[in-house]
Amino acid sequence: MQNHPVYTDNDPQTEYSTLNLGPTHPATHGVFQNVLQMDGERIVSGVSTIGYIHRAFEKIAEHRPFYQITPLTDRLNYCSSPINNMGWHMTVEKLLNIQTPKRVDYMRVIIMELARIADHIICNGVLGVDTGAFTGFLYMMEYREEIYEIYEEICGSRLTTNIGRIGGFERNFNKIAFDKIRKFLVKFPPVLKEFEALFNRNRIFVDRTKDVAAVTAETALSYSWSGPLLRAAGVDYDVRAMEPYSSYEDFDFEVPVGENGDVYNRFLVRNEEMWQSLRIIEQALNKIEKEPSEIFHANVPAYYLPPKEEVYNNMEALIYHFKIVMGEVETPTAEVYHAVEGANGELGFYLVNDGGRSPYRLHFRRPSFINYQMYAPMSQGMLLSDAIINMSSLNVIAGELDA
Amino acid sequence: MAKIANEELLQKLNDKFPGQITQTGADFGLLTVETDKNVISEVLNFLKTDSALQFIFLTDITAIHYPELEKPIGVIYHLHSLATNTRIRIKVFLAEADLHIPTAITLWDGANWMERETYDYFGVIFDGHPDLRRILNVDDMTVFPMRKEFPLEDPNRIDKKDYFFGR
Repeated sequence: MQNHPVYTDNDPQTEYSTLNLGPTHPATHGVFQNVLQMDGERIVSGVSTIGYIHRAFEKIAEHRPFYQITPLTDRLNYCSSPINNMGWHMTVEKLLNIQTPKRVDYMRVIIMELARIADHIICNGVLGVDTGAFTGFLYMMEYREEIYEIYEEICGSRLTTNIGRIGGFERNFNKIAFDKIRKFLVKFPPVLKEFEALFNRNRIFVDRTKDVAAVTAETALSYSWSGPLLRAAGVDYDVRAMEPYSSYEDFDFEVPVGENGDVYNRFLVRNEEMWQSLRIIEQALNKIEKEPSEIFHANVPAYYLPPKEEVYNNMEALIYHFKIVMGEVETPTAEVYHAVEGANGELGFYLVNDGGRSPYRLHFRRPSFINYQMYAPMSQGMLLSDAIINMSSLNVIAGELDA
Repeated sequence: MAKIANEELLQKLNDKFPGQITQTGADFGLLTVETDKNVISEVLNFLKTDSALQFIFLTDITAIHYPELEKPIGVIYHLHSLATNTRIRIKVFLAEADLHIPTAITLWDGANWMERETYDYFGVIFDGHPDLRRILNVDDMTVFPMRKEFPLEDPNRIDKKDYFFGR
């Protein structure tokens, strides 16, 4: 953190004013409040209040069968829902000891990396907006739409995707979906290049972001930061590289690392991650071609919800459908912690199962919740305009913050 | 550095805290140990600062409720050694009459909100926490909603009773 002067309440020469930043201020990009004590435009101290959209997901999960928990995960980080979905499915698969075919793993990698790109597009686009540059945001938003169209082709929905099932996917990726992904791989890189050209050496942008809200690696670790924020501070911790899941070990990619953890570094790290994601998707598409094209889920009828048309016409499918929906399937008594690299950092699922139809206890380790707690302490002494940019660069998603 | 084997990790903990660490599981390779609230601070400190272990990353703090146990509330810590890529889960069970446990903020600043959330959900009191108050629920709430005595649905509702579904 920067060495700003620290003001105290006891200073008789100073009169402070109180500023409510949020809960629904446009600059907060989400429903959370900061009560700031201001000395002119400088923040003296602040208190963050959260919980405005707390929906008791962990309690609800204790009453739902595993497959019905997927829609709860969508609503954590809704900018990259598929990562949350896949993370949850993999947690349950770990519990039930389900091995997914390679093709399913690669399909998951594709959809997760697309989600990461979509999330970073919004974050970096909005960071541009907060520094006064609207163009980049509008220019990039078109490509988030293209990613949403790919989701739509795969699962029928765009924001809260509910993609996939325990054991694989509900349906195969069709030719149109693959065509759209390939088209995206061709169309997006030049745009990303232009986006970088617009910002990376832009005098205003660099002046507004460089050395702003710089965080050392030690402080970032002490606050349990993860994801691009931790990496921007110089720690190369990426769950995909450290504990590969969904066959990430089969892919060549780099983990971009920043130097001093300021807003500019976070921006650069996210941009570089988009390049790496594109690289991973391309590799995954090539690998998929070598796998049998008809496979899109593991052969685990006791856990994989059968397609609806089979339920209507096939007795076995009807029985399995009934057993799964009524929660009659056998589950082991065990504890699982499974983490995936969400767009904001380590998204962990801690699942305690007692053999019943629902988890005995389910806890989400939400990166936004953990990343955001440093906001108020780190804003002390900062200018309000810098604090706004800092908030954009933290990429806090209210759904994930509150759960 | 290579991953630390569970046996080695347990041995180190037992050598340092004889008789105060019990292995309760290692599901899916993740070592789970139980300890006492009197030594939890020392255990966390040892795991974080020992040069061979380096569990420098506090992944998570949460809790669980087993109403039938003598000590029903369990506080659960997940730590991660980024140097050796090893994870460990530590549990401390507390009696309902004495839900006090030392805070971990002295070791990790990030424990602040995790402990507030655990207090909010289960009522665990982290001694030494600078700002222990509810975080997600409303301030005037009187119960700790993640405990098992608070079912999600109206208990008088009968249309979803198990016997209607043959359970």
